Order: sequence, then C-alpha cells, then structure tokens
Amino acid sequence: MSNVIAELKYTKKHEWIKIDGDKAYIGITDFAQDELGEIVYVELPEVGDTFEADDEIASLESVKAAAAMYNPLSGKVVEVNELLEDSPESVNEDSYKNYIYAIEFSNSVELDELLDAAAYTAFIESLEE
Amino acid sequence: MKKTPLHDVYRNAEGVKIIDFGGWELPVNFSAGILNEHHAVRNSAGLFDVSHMGEVIVEGPGSGEYVDRLMTNSISNLGDGEVLYTLMCYPDGGIVDDLIVYRISSEKYFLVINAANIEKDYSWIASENPGANGEKFNNLIIENVSAQYCQLAVQGPAADAILSVLYPQAGEIGFFKFVPDAEICGYQVLISRTGYTGEDGFEIYCSNESAPLIWNSLLVAGKESGLIPCGLGARDSLRLEAKLPLYGHEISSSITPLEANLSYFVDFSRSDFYGKTALLKQKAEGVPRTLRGIKMIDKGVPRHGYSVYISGKDKPVGYVTSGTKSPTTGHFIGLVMIERGTGLKIGDTLEIEIHNKRKRAELVRTPFYKKNRRQ
Repeated sequence: MSNVIAELKYTKKHEWIKIDGDKAYIGITDFAQDELGEIVYVELPEVGDTFEADDEIASLESVKAAAAMYNPLSGKVVEVNELLEDSPESVNEDSYKNYIYAIEFSNSVELDELLDAAAYTAFIESLEE
Repeated sequence: MKKTPLHDVYRNAEGVKIIDFGGWELPVNFSAGILNEHHAVRNSAGLFDVSHMGEVIVEGPGSGEYVDRLMTNSISNLGDGEVLYTLMCYPDGGIVDDLIVYRISSEKYFLVINAANIEKDYSWIASENPGANGEKFNNLIIENVSAQYCQLAVQGPAADAILSVLYPQAGEIGFFKFVPDAEICGYQVLISRTGYTGEDGFEIYCSNESAPLIWNSLLVAGKESGLIPCGLGARDSLRLEAKLPLYGHEISSSITPLEANLSYFVDFSRSDFYGKTALLKQKAEGVPRTLRGIKMIDKGVPRHGYSVYISGKDKPVGYVTSGTKSPTTGHFIGLVMIERGTGLKIGDTLEIEIHNKRKRAELVRTPFYKKNRRQ
C-alpha cells in the first residue's frame, strides 16, 4: 500500500502539492515513484518560466520508462530541486521529502481542483483493484 | 495472458513486479530492483526465467540443408554440440528473427527464437516443408516445442562456479557449446554456454515439471556467491550495454542484417539462402543506413523512436532504436539507426530530440561494455 501524507493536496496525475503562502511545492507521490521504478534522470523546468495548468513541465526518466509531469497550478517557477540533478534516485527514497519544483501560483481558484489525502487514497485504491 | 511454469514460484515473492510483456506475464524486476540486478550479473551472477522464449526442432534426413537455407549464417561448419547465432531473412532481406541454432546431430537441430515471434517464425520455418520443394524434405519433422520447455539463464562471472554445484561438468562446456543430456536435480536438461547479457553464463532448457526445483536449487547454490533472481529490466540494460540486438528495435522485417551491422552473421559464400539475392543487391548498391552507438553529452535518456539530427540541421538523419542509462558506465547510452554518408565519425556530436528539446550526444564505439577476460 502506497504512502499518502494527510497534510498534502494531490492530483489524479499522482502529484502532491504543499501550499506555502502564494507558493506551492510540487512533487510526485509514493504511488507514482513505485510505478515508475528506479529514477535515473529528472528534467527540471527553468526558474522564471511560466506555465499554465496542465502544461507539461518536467519529466522523470526511470530505468523502465519516461513519465511527463503536468503542472497543476498556473504560475511562475520560483525554485527547482537542484539536488535531483545529481541524485534523481532521492525521489524513490522519499518522494514527499524531495520536491521537484515550486511555483508561485497566479490563480487560486485552481486550488479547488486538488484532491485531499482521503480522495487521493480512494483514487489509488480504485486503480489497485 | 500467458505465464511460464515458474510464474507461481515467484509471483508472490516480495518486491517482484510483474508486467505484460507481449502477452506474457513476466517479472520486470525482483526485490533487488533493476539496477542491483544489473550489477549482480556484472559482478557475481543473476538468474533469469526466460521460459517465454520459443523452441523449434527440425529433425530428419535433409534437416541440415533445410535449416541452412533458412539462415543467413552457415550451419555447415557446426559440429554436434555446437551453437550458432544467426538471422533468418525474408526474400526481400528483411529480418524474420534472430535466433540460435543448436546442432544436436547432423539430422537434428534445436532452434531458439524470440517469444513474440513464435507463431510467425514457426510458420515461416515450416512453410517450405513438404510439397514446395519436392520429395527431398518429405520426411522432415518440424515441431514447435515451445510449450514443452522452460529456459533458465544463469549469467555472470560466478555462473560457472554456481552451476557446477548442481552440475560438476559445467566448467567443461566451452563458449557457444552445449551438452544435450546433462543431469541436474535428477532431471535431464540441455545446457549451453550462451546468454544475452555480455557476461559468461549458461542457459538451461528443461521440462516444465523440473523447472521449479532447478530454479530453487540454483538460488540456494548461488546464495553465497551473490546470485539473485533478475527480471526483464536488467536483461534489457545488460544486452544493450553489450550491443546485443533486440527484435523490434535493432532488427525487424523492415531492417536488413547489413543495415543492423550484423553482416558478420551473413555468409554469402553459400550457393543460396533466403534473402541472399536481396542482400547482395543491397551490398552492391550501397547500404543506406547503419546502426551506431551514442553517448549523451547533455543529460537525458534517448529512447526508441526519438529522432536523431546532425547539429543544427532540421531534417532527421535517423532514429534511436534503444537507449538507457547504462548502469555499468553511468552514461546515458543508445543505439541509433542513421543514414550512411553523413560523414559522421566516432567522437562527432549529433543531436537527439528528447521531449521536444535537442540534446547533444557523441558518436561512440560499441559495445558500451566488454567483459574482462579472466582466463
């Protein structure tokens, strides 16, 4: 059973979102890292670039496959997790501790679209059945 | 979905991940994970269930001549107990499959083919049998025995020592040689010194009934040497580092052996074989493309189908056939099928389009990995 953290928000594309003022830290869930397998490379976005919701923003490459990450909140990238450049496997080790990027979101209405931990848990349970 | 007779032995093991591989339920990795499994094979040993592979027996008077005509490589120099890597081509030079041929006797051959191609290969192999070629091959028996065999592969520098625990004569089997009637755990099996990893190792063909006992006995015998069960993920990265072709990637019905740089396995000295005319013509007119190795300069995984460009040019000169992050070298590596006549040399830079971005790669010599010769 995959680990889901109560305080975070989630998407059906298996991203977690941690809101910090007008900034959101975004990473992939434990379920996603387990599905993806051992991650060997993370393609990070550039700080300063702006993205709409649902834009492809990053990609994670595992020994098995490439997975695109879709941005859940429109806005400007303000931080990226540069540690992942040299140790992408940190995402497998703890996907909640190791965010991918942070975005300064511009449309707080989009926050309403996010799932809470219970809804996300129910969602992944429906996938595992 | 098809399952191998070993499926029940490991499907509930902790950490095993089963995937759909061309209609087969097979492990992509066991508990150690793909990278550790890869390293185990390079440094000690790994055990693979490759029972999905197909086997065809061609037996009877004229079988040698019959098999030889199907193959690009000549089996005429093969002695009893010897194995040959070869390809089968269609008349147009496109590849039906790559396979290994075991000569059990001058009138009995054991052909090992790719899982995804079993039906196609069998009908191709059997298609010219009785009728089409007169009476010469009338008494030939061509049988698809895939369902009757399990195949286990023990691969890695410790494979010899590990297999010797169960079969003390293992070390006497030379490279690309086999014993048709070895005994392991009380069962009669065929053992060859072959593999698909670029390491020393053995492949064991056994009955479905005997496979679970042999699998478990090998794991016990190899425990102290570091033998672990390995899945298809490691098998793929191991074969790619050693530049061993994979059907559907480096070879296919639309690629000729000459384009795939496998001309070493095409023996033109024979009077005839399937594809000879087309391949000779291609050789004379010029082979239009070639398979080369790349190492990424910019980070990124080159994957099957990605376009390859000469730096700064708009038109692709080819595509990636396979790619991965090489666990042994740490580099992002790939094989590319590119046009000939581009003037690209080893060390030159080209570009791969990865997720809509051009990334630089260097043309390198292959294989990416070569085992140490310990003897």
